[in-house]
Amino acid sequence: MAIFVDERTRVVIQNATGRQGRFHLTQMLAYGTHVMAGTSPGKGGQEVEGIPIYDTVEQAVLHHAVNASVIFVPAAFAKDAVFEAADAGLGVIVVITEHIPVHDAMAMMAYARQRGSVVVGPNTFGIISPGKAKLGIMPAVAYTPGPVGIVARSGTLSYEIASALTDAGLGQTTVVGLGGDRVVGLNFVEVLKKFSDDPETRAVVLVGEIGGSAEEEASEYIKGMSKPVVAYVAGRSAPPGKRMGHAGAIIERGRGTFEGKIEALEAAGVKVAALPWQVADLVAEVLPPTPADGGGNGRNGRAGTGGEA
Amino acid sequence: MKLYEYLAKEAFARHGIPVPPGRVATSPKGAAEAAQELGDVALKVQILAGGRGKAGGIRFASTPDEAARQAAELLGTEIRGLRVSKVLVEKKLQIDREFYLGVAVDGGARRPVVIASTAGGVNIEDVPEKLIIKQAVDPAWGLMPFRARQIARRLDLGPDLSSQFTDILLRLYDVFQTYDAELAEINPLALQKDGLLVAADGRLNMDDDALFRHPDSPVVEEGTELELRARKAGLAYVELDGDIAVMANGAGITMATLDIIQLYGGRPANFLDAGGGAGVETTAAAIELLLSRRPKALLINIFGGITRCDDVARALVTVGERRGGFDLPVVIRLVGTNEKEGLAILEDYGLKAYRTMDEAAAQVVHAAKVSAGDQPPPRAPAGAGPAGDPSAVERGGGL
Repeated sequence: MAIFVDERTRVVIQNATGRQGRFHLTQMLAYGTHVMAGTSPGKGGQEVEGIPIYDTVEQAVLHHAVNASVIFVPAAFAKDAVFEAADAGLGVIVVITEHIPVHDAMAMMAYARQRGSVVVGPNTFGIISPGKAKLGIMPAVAYTPGPVGIVARSGTLSYEIASALTDAGLGQTTVVGLGGDRVVGLNFVEVLKKFSDDPETRAVVLVGEIGGSAEEEASEYIKGMSKPVVAYVAGRSAPPGKRMGHAGAIIERGRGTFEGKIEALEAAGVKVAALPWQVADLVAEVLPPTPADGGGNGRNGRAGTGGEA
Repeated sequence: MKLYEYLAKEAFARHGIPVPPGRVATSPKGAAEAAQELGDVALKVQILAGGRGKAGGIRFASTPDEAARQAAELLGTEIRGLRVSKVLVEKKLQIDREFYLGVAVDGGARRPVVIASTAGGVNIEDVPEKLIIKQAVDPAWGLMPFRARQIARRLDLGPDLSSQFTDILLRLYDVFQTYDAELAEINPLALQKDGLLVAADGRLNMDDDALFRHPDSPVVEEGTELELRARKAGLAYVELDGDIAVMANGAGITMATLDIIQLYGGRPANFLDAGGGAGVETTAAAIELLLSRRPKALLINIFGGITRCDDVARALVTVGERRGGFDLPVVIRLVGTNEKEGLAILEDYGLKAYRTMDEAAAQVVHAAKVSAGDQPPPRAPAGAGPAGDPSAVERGGGL
């Protein structure tokens, strides 16, 4: 199993004819993702890598029964693209675009929710269920199938951590990039719930950063989780009042500090890594054995290694 | 982008929110003229920082001469580290009570939120939660008048004040929407002795990402000269006080890189996220910008996703060629999308790259220390170099 996307996911790429859209369409195809169609207004009838391009998402649904979208539309038009995808009934909408106005982001989240669509992003690397589907711009080599779920606020840092896990033989069920903006479609808690319900996910890695209160809210939820959670939080050295790249990564008026987040996570029983590559060691420590590992306790393989310790 | 108080108040006034009569002065003479017209006045420095009163940035004057004298004392000085070039000269208010009223983006709720309190005039963060009313707004429908009336009722303002308050709140929400604001705030919303509410101070922070649809908006620049230059080039750059220049791709990994440098005993000179698929020219410009501050060492840490390793490698080589070689240790870590191509380009130029962040961070901290000591080119510490080559730090043009 995996969460949000898997081998049944049928993808349309919005703005598949731009530089980034074209490049990453090719990469997603190469990974084995079922990319069925692309859109680009005014370019219907063309092809990219043998994939048909349509003017509208509606046509892509009609002809290919797509159920997910990856959006590479420029920021000024991204709101329209998300509305189009949600209107067409797509279940998962991945918004790679960065610098989308925050008022547009609020509007798109409200509409997507009303239509029952899950928005991943904006300003995200996307979502990948290794071996099944890659919807985004992440480098495929960093991932391999396995029992660890990853949810991250930042892209590159999660590549780093996924890569270390992969090198250590610890594969992933699904890796979700929440996105670096102030308003994004998913939060830690929503993804943690999904991982909790996913039988194949046996441990979860949370990659956070300074700013906002998402890690603190996640900590509250983690207190009631039976699966172990390992975390890394970026921004220990960040000065207050400075926006560290992401719109959301700022310590404002004493809130969103590194220390506050670490304290909350540790109080919830989360193992917090001081360095990104130490995450893999911590996961290896807390990963409950499966029956096949010869854990000796049958289906309750995770006994005694819960994150609440 | 934060707007100065006087710009925020201009926006408020355009939307029918009452503000004190006032004029901006850039000279003592201008301040005197304003005071001549307004009578008893307050002079308020226009800087992008709170706590102006405590820092001596708010003065009072009852004659034009006094206003000129106060303005002369304020203009050209530095308050909270910021140079004062403008003062807002406003009619002095007779205030009975102070309220707080704001509309902000609530990231967690993904909605606008109205924040109101009868405890105004202080930082809202310092007000006890029980004295604060927060009301989420559905962005699809906006703030309905009944909601504003509800909030006024919950503040227990009484009939006359309630209707003024409701009107101002609805107008403030308009400002929040019209200006693509992250925050529109009136603090204090002052009740004057004559029974009328007025926006005594205001903040309006516009969303940088929405400025493209506000071409007529005033431009308020905040930051050092280099930060401004970087922003113009579309780079996320923050100046820090160390001596190791850092470029990475992605905000998270850039922050983590700084954290690791610090943990290893080094001092990062900056935050620079050159991610987001920046091309060769932008990346080269970013490197040039970092070198212009004459750091002791440069660390490039790239895990390519949308950023392509070959673009970064080309940018580095471009800068190297333009400068006739690097005169400081350049430590590179390059993996991810188009990694092979990138490494080949570096190798052709005579630069090598590390595989891991750990090695690269350890090496750059070491190199900066050696460089600061003005010693000959360093040998990498045991285990810190790429396999089989301990001298991955390159110096000088003779590579």
